[in-house]
Amino acid sequence: MSKKLYVARSPRIAARKLGQEMLVMSGQGSTLFTLNPTATVIWQAADGATSLDEIVERRICPEFEVKPEEALRDAEALAEDLAKHGILVISEEPISEQPISEQSIAKPDAPVQEPQQR
Amino acid sequence: MPGLATQVERYSVVIAIGGVAVRVNTTDADFLDMLHARYSGFVSAETHAEFDFDVDLAAPAFANPDADVSVTQRSGRWFMERGDFRAEWTPATGTGWIHQSANPYSIDAVLRIVHSLVLARRGGFLLHSASAIRNGRAFLFAGVSGAGKTTISRLAPPDATLLTDEISYVRKLDVPGQDQEYVAFGTPFTGELAKLGENTSAPVAALYLLAQGPKNRIDPVGEADAGRELLANMLFFAEDQEMVHWAFQAACDFVRRVPVYRLTFVPDTRVWEMIG
Repeated sequence: MSKKLYVARSPRIAARKLGQEMLVMSGQGSTLFTLNPTATVIWQAADGATSLDEIVERRICPEFEVKPEEALRDAEALAEDLAKHGILVISEEPISEQPISEQSIAKPDAPVQEPQQR
Repeated sequence: MPGLATQVERYSVVIAIGGVAVRVNTTDADFLDMLHARYSGFVSAETHAEFDFDVDLAAPAFANPDADVSVTQRSGRWFMERGDFRAEWTPATGTGWIHQSANPYSIDAVLRIVHSLVLARRGGFLLHSASAIRNGRAFLFAGVSGAGKTTISRLAPPDATLLTDEISYVRKLDVPGQDQEYVAFGTPFTGELAKLGENTSAPVAALYLLAQGPKNRIDPVGEADAGRELLANMLFFAEDQEMVHWAFQAACDFVRRVPVYRLTFVPDTRVWEMIG
C-alpha cells in the first residue's frame, strides 16, 4: 500500500491493561475484546499523528523481530480488522481531532496505565 | 351538594437496599401490603428517600415477564420496558413512575435496573452471585445459572450470614483514613432458595468463580480472566456507552483490589471449611 495510514483509538471504547492483556470494551453492544500483543502495541501507539508505518518501524519491528514489509502488511490488516470492530479509526490524513462527535467514553490516558500495586 | 372530587388515599413505602432508599408510592392498599411482605427486612422507617416512584397499576392482563427488557436513556431520562411493565426515571429529579399490574415481579425488575444504574455511576455493580458474610468479611460466589450459587448458599454453615443466593450488591465506599474498599450488601433479590438476604453488609474479602468438580479446590485467577468473568456475570441492562464505560472500569478496578479465585467444589458442607 503506497499511501500512509494514520490510526487513532476510537473514542467509543473503554480499555484497560489487566495483567499482560489489554481488554477493550466497545460501548456499542457491550462487546469485550482481548487484544493480542501486536494489536496492543498498535492500539497504544495509535495517537492519530503517528503513521502506521512509523509505528511498525519504531515499535513492532524491534519488539517482535519481523521484517518491515511483512510487519506493515500484517499491521494494515490488523488495523483494518480493529477498525471494523470500532476499536481504531483509520485515515489517510493525520487525525488531529476526535473523528466522532458523540461524547467520548474513553479516557485518553487512564485506560492504558499499567496496573497499580495492590 | 355532593363533592365533585374524590380524595384518593396515597400510600408509601421506603425500600432501602445497599443504603440506597427508594420510596414507592401507590393508591392501592393491597399492593402496599404486598410490597411490605415482599421486601420485609428492607423496608426503612426513614421518611427520606433518594428516589421516588409512583406506581400506576394496570389490569392483570398487562403481563409478559418473559419478554426482553429494554433500558434506554434520552435527554437525561431513563426508559425501561418489558412485556409486563413500563417505567421512566429521571435521575436529576430523583423521580419516576412505573406502569405495571399488581405483581411483585415487575417492580422487582425495575428496582434491579434502577439500582444497577445508580451503582454504575458510583463504581459499584450488581452481580449474578451468591454472597455471605463470615468472620466479618463478605465472600461472593459468582456463576451462571446452574454453576452452584443456590447450592453453596444452601450449604452455608450457621455462622455464615447469607446476603443473597442470586444477586449480590457491591458498592465502592470510602474508608476514613484509608483507601476505598468494596462492600457487599444483602439484597431481597432471591433465586431458587427464595430466601431474602440479611439486610447487612461487610467488606468483600474474595470473589469465587464457581465450578462443580470431583474434589474441593481453590485456584487463583489472573486479573484478565477475572475481569472477563466478572463482566460476564454483571447485571447489565443498558445499551448505553457511558454505562458500559462505568461497568468496565468498575470490573477492572475490582479485580485489582479484590482477590479472585476459582472454587471447584463437591456439593457438600466441607466446601465451607475452605472459606472464611
